[in-house]
Amino acid sequence: MGPFGTRPATAGVLAAFEHVDAASDAIRALKARGHKDMTVYSAAPNHEIEEALAHRVSPVRLFTLIGGLTGCAAGFGMTLWMSYDWPLVVGGKPIGSIPPYVVIAFELTILMGALVTVSAVAVFSVLLGRRGAAFDPRFSDDQIGIFVPAAADQRDRVEQLLRTAGAVEVRHAA
Amino acid sequence: MAVIAPPPPTAPIGLHGEHPPISQTHADVTRDVVGTLSAPSRGYLVLLFGAVGLFLVGALTFLILVKDGLGHAGYQPPIFWSVYITTFVFWVGIGHAGTLISAILFLFRSPWRTAVYRSTEAMTVFAVMTAGLFPIIHIGRQWIFYWLLPYPNQRWLWPNFKSPLIWDVFAISTYLTVSTTFLIFGLIPDVAAVRDKTTGWRRFIYNQLSLGWQGTDNQWRHYSRAYLYLAALATPLVLSVHSVVSWDFAASIVPGWHGTIFAPYFVAGAIYSGIGMVLTLIIPLRRALGIEHMITDYHFDNLAKLTLLTGSILFYAYAMEYFVAWYSGNPFEQTTFFRRAFGPMWWAGWTMIICNAFVSQLLWFPKIRTNLTSLFVISIFINIGMWFERYVIIVSSLSNDYIPWAWDRLNPTWADWGILAGSFGWFGMWFLLFAKNFPIVAIQEIKEMIPMPRLRGGHH
Repeated sequence: MGPFGTRPATAGVLAAFEHVDAASDAIRALKARGHKDMTVYSAAPNHEIEEALAHRVSPVRLFTLIGGLTGCAAGFGMTLWMSYDWPLVVGGKPIGSIPPYVVIAFELTILMGALVTVSAVAVFSVLLGRRGAAFDPRFSDDQIGIFVPAAADQRDRVEQLLRTAGAVEVRHAA
Repeated sequence: MAVIAPPPPTAPIGLHGEHPPISQTHADVTRDVVGTLSAPSRGYLVLLFGAVGLFLVGALTFLILVKDGLGHAGYQPPIFWSVYITTFVFWVGIGHAGTLISAILFLFRSPWRTAVYRSTEAMTVFAVMTAGLFPIIHIGRQWIFYWLLPYPNQRWLWPNFKSPLIWDVFAISTYLTVSTTFLIFGLIPDVAAVRDKTTGWRRFIYNQLSLGWQGTDNQWRHYSRAYLYLAALATPLVLSVHSVVSWDFAASIVPGWHGTIFAPYFVAGAIYSGIGMVLTLIIPLRRALGIEHMITDYHFDNLAKLTLLTGSILFYAYAMEYFVAWYSGNPFEQTTFFRRAFGPMWWAGWTMIICNAFVSQLLWFPKIRTNLTSLFVISIFINIGMWFERYVIIVSSLSNDYIPWAWDRLNPTWADWGILAGSFGWFGMWFLLFAKNFPIVAIQEIKEMIPMPRLRGGHH
């Protein structure tokens, strides 16, 4: 799967849901039973599922801030340093003129902010994301998937729970 | 095939800003959008070959310019910015509508952007890619364009950061990078959806491009946040880019350029021209790709209202330019503006005013806003008018500067028209290739608008 090579499969139970309320019921029931490391698949972000999962807010916003501030500092730092490194009076203006350098600092704020944000997403969701959870192509179409890592002796109980919540299909994954 | 239900009779299209109900299911959306990636039709191939042919005309012209120099183009004193810079500003402007629709309307939670934003964002990236070529073509010694970048050269000389032309380098390269990032970032979940519907070598390619996207809760958690912040960064960016382009002119003392209204005037014009190009592209495209039920009258009505708004801002800016020229009491300003309307370039001046200020006012009528033939014709007028706006601003101001002895007229040559034609070919080639290989309607965002089925019924 994907550009980062194959991932060893994790043992567990994979369920497919057609109904969003059934999927969120299943998530709440699994959390109540202590299955907190499940993976939920959906074709689009969904508020009901987000509420059921109750994740904390993603930390990427911190990286946006760090990237933006770095870009801003780099923009002013670069223009001022380069101006004083080879001092040359242009148009009778001061060697280091802050107002025109605002433009450069602004552009670099945006540039670094955006690139660091995207890099943070790559790190958090691809490199640090779960490996080896079972997947089904229907989850990028119109079904919601829930994968629960479970040892062989727990699988039947998890399957029962998912079926009661309203899963349309449940299977045991490697 | 499922169709979008017409809006209820009590709510005229778009008047309340609410999206008409969508009767499609998530599976329909995937199927219809993946369907647009099927084998190309004969008409598509004809258009693609036409675009590649035009591009080759431009490439050949460019090679001749590199070999012989810029003398082939219509450069002569006092006019050293002409068709190339006109076309540069034209293409940068085209890009702005895409970012407005994809980023600004995202922050405003405007529901009509969803179906059209992918195509406009692709248009942005390709238009800025086209625009970026022009400063390089125009500098004459194209092989040393990197002198514009602040790199440690042998003598440790640095660029002059007080020059608007260096601001432009930073603004345009940031705009190209960020809008490309934004486009690719938005595409990842959709490419994953296409991956799961294709087989064989196409599946292999889409799989690599999807970067391992599976739509897990963890991925969405970071992705949705990041998308919001990217939109928040792109919003001030789009307003700044054409402002910086306008300062290439306004920071000089050339009559007709030295105006404080230039930044907002250029931004409004950019968005106006961009929506003109959006209409020119998607009216035929939605038919060719069979997505008429996804991009409907509702979307065109809203696009037309945005055209009307920005066209009216332009109308005001044109009027203000003439008023300020008269009110300034400055004979150079007054002469420049008198000659724009009644001098040797009167036809270009009036083309700009009629196509932009007057034609856009037709969109007050709801019947015109939802009639695709009339919208398409109006969009062609907008494209022509906005190219001429930049032509008038650049050429008319340069051709009658402060010294009447040095006045002259521009005589564009085959080298000017060759590069102009080539730019349309280059842009068209990329847009057509994109439309047939990537989802031109955002699958994931449309799905977000369609409520998922519920076991117990009712609403959340």
